[in-house]
Amino acid sequence: MAFRQDSFGELKVPLAWTAGVALVVCVVIAIALMLSDRRGTVEGTAQAATQQVTDTVVTPVGDVLSAPGRWISGGFDVVGSYWNAAGENRRLKAELQEARRAEDRATALGLENARLRAMLNVRTEPPMPMVTARVVFDGRGPYRRAQLANAGTDKGVAIGYPAISERGVIGRVVGVSGNASRILLLKDVSSRTPVMIARTNARAILTGDGGDNPRLDNLRGAEPVKAGDRILTSGDGGVYPGGLPVGRAVKGLDGKWRVALDSDTAPVDWIRILQFKDFSQLADRKALSNSDMPSVITDSPLSQRAPPPAPKPQAATQTPPASTGPAARPPISIAPPTPAPPAATPARPPAAKPKATKPPPPRLTPEGLPTRPMPYRPGGQL
Amino acid sequence: MSFQAARPLDPWRWMGAPALICLGATLLLGLPFRVFGLQLPEPVFPLICAFSWAVIRPSVLSPVAILLIGLVLDLLWGAPLGMWGLSMLVGYGLTLGMRAMMTGQSRMMMWAWYAGICAVTLAAGYLFTMLAFHHPPNLVGVIWQFLATSLLYPFAHRLIDRFDDADVRFR
Repeated sequence: MAFRQDSFGELKVPLAWTAGVALVVCVVIAIALMLSDRRGTVEGTAQAATQQVTDTVVTPVGDVLSAPGRWISGGFDVVGSYWNAAGENRRLKAELQEARRAEDRATALGLENARLRAMLNVRTEPPMPMVTARVVFDGRGPYRRAQLANAGTDKGVAIGYPAISERGVIGRVVGVSGNASRILLLKDVSSRTPVMIARTNARAILTGDGGDNPRLDNLRGAEPVKAGDRILTSGDGGVYPGGLPVGRAVKGLDGKWRVALDSDTAPVDWIRILQFKDFSQLADRKALSNSDMPSVITDSPLSQRAPPPAPKPQAATQTPPASTGPAARPPISIAPPTPAPPAATPARPPAAKPKATKPPPPRLTPEGLPTRPMPYRPGGQL
Repeated sequence: MSFQAARPLDPWRWMGAPALICLGATLLLGLPFRVFGLQLPEPVFPLICAFSWAVIRPSVLSPVAILLIGLVLDLLWGAPLGMWGLSMLVGYGLTLGMRAMMTGQSRMMMWAWYAGICAVTLAAGYLFTMLAFHHPPNLVGVIWQFLATSLLYPFAHRLIDRFDDADVRFR
């Protein structure tokens, strides 16, 4: 066994032992680092700062190094398209004919949609600004699928923004520095995306596992999906805007439904980052967590016996359609946060009035509100 | 014997330069590049160092260097900090423990040992990822990465061949 001879003279320590001690110390350090890494939950930690510095340094390097790769890749595309010119020409002609038909249908539907929206006075989504960026690093390992793009806070990118290629969604921003943003792909093992099947409107969770085809989990209903169905983002949870193309459903070798991502068919070097702010980012969390929540009066037997107070003009009241049938439901009103006068008169519309001959006296609180108000659920179905 | 050959081995020559080359190769293979629509594989280049350094000689500096390389990999790939360092240290420790059995083996046999160490390291990464994200990674992807990494043994052999007997104190 080799021995270390140093300035301590007669003191000799086997080198394998010292290497073993160093190994154990390094393993302990690595475990401590893993346990302390909470970049996903806590912003501004030392790990997040280190990641930002790394991204800031790697981005310009990757930008320069990837230029020859782009040229070579373009060269391969030119060669490939030269050899496949005849077949591609036939395919493109067929696609063009189909695209013209689809364009006509889309134009007609768009006009009809606009008319209906105008009639219903629907509030449409505002146009969404976006930032174009180039991918400079692409992590393709099974343990982490993330990309580095050369647009950061200098171009208005923030954590949580969705990223799309020219074909479909690729992921969302999970880290951002001055000149770079790190995008967690849909394929990543930690990625969960609310999606819907366009044909059946069924909801599912797209679960990445590090492979090329993420899985469709939490499917509900009998046969909600079949091979070839289009998968779109559902918009549930507010992480992604609804309706973005994701891919097509395919049956995996393991018998589970998976998705062939649209973004895999597009070039990987250019992406667009949508400056999309979801509801949770826009909402005033303090106001939402305020304990003085407005009351909701429902059609429960108690509230039928207790007519609500007269709504003020500024109260958010939903008026039901005029209906006299037995299934007609009384309105669900959100009482204003300001207290109503105690001697409030019943304000139930005649169409929704119950057939009881004489309602019992209302049980009101001193503020004039019903004794059992329903909790208000933000975004919930009232 | 020349005077130069009698000097102890410079850590930069057998540790620093190979580590930098492996990290550079990792960066290059991470560029967004497709050939006829196909992506390039993503082998774990630093496993060459983790295996070779343990075979060449035990050293106090090697685990530290492997930990540092692992941290760079984590930051580059966006993995939880410490995951790759820990995985490669598992492979390094295993190689160090079985070093006596590997000494004097043929090239093909050493390749098999290297493939085994790769499998253990990637299995450790699989386990740590599962613990970190509560979800197992795709096994097919792990097997592809294992194959791509196993094919890198000639580089490890070159490193071992060059520095295995280079330090006069270990002859």
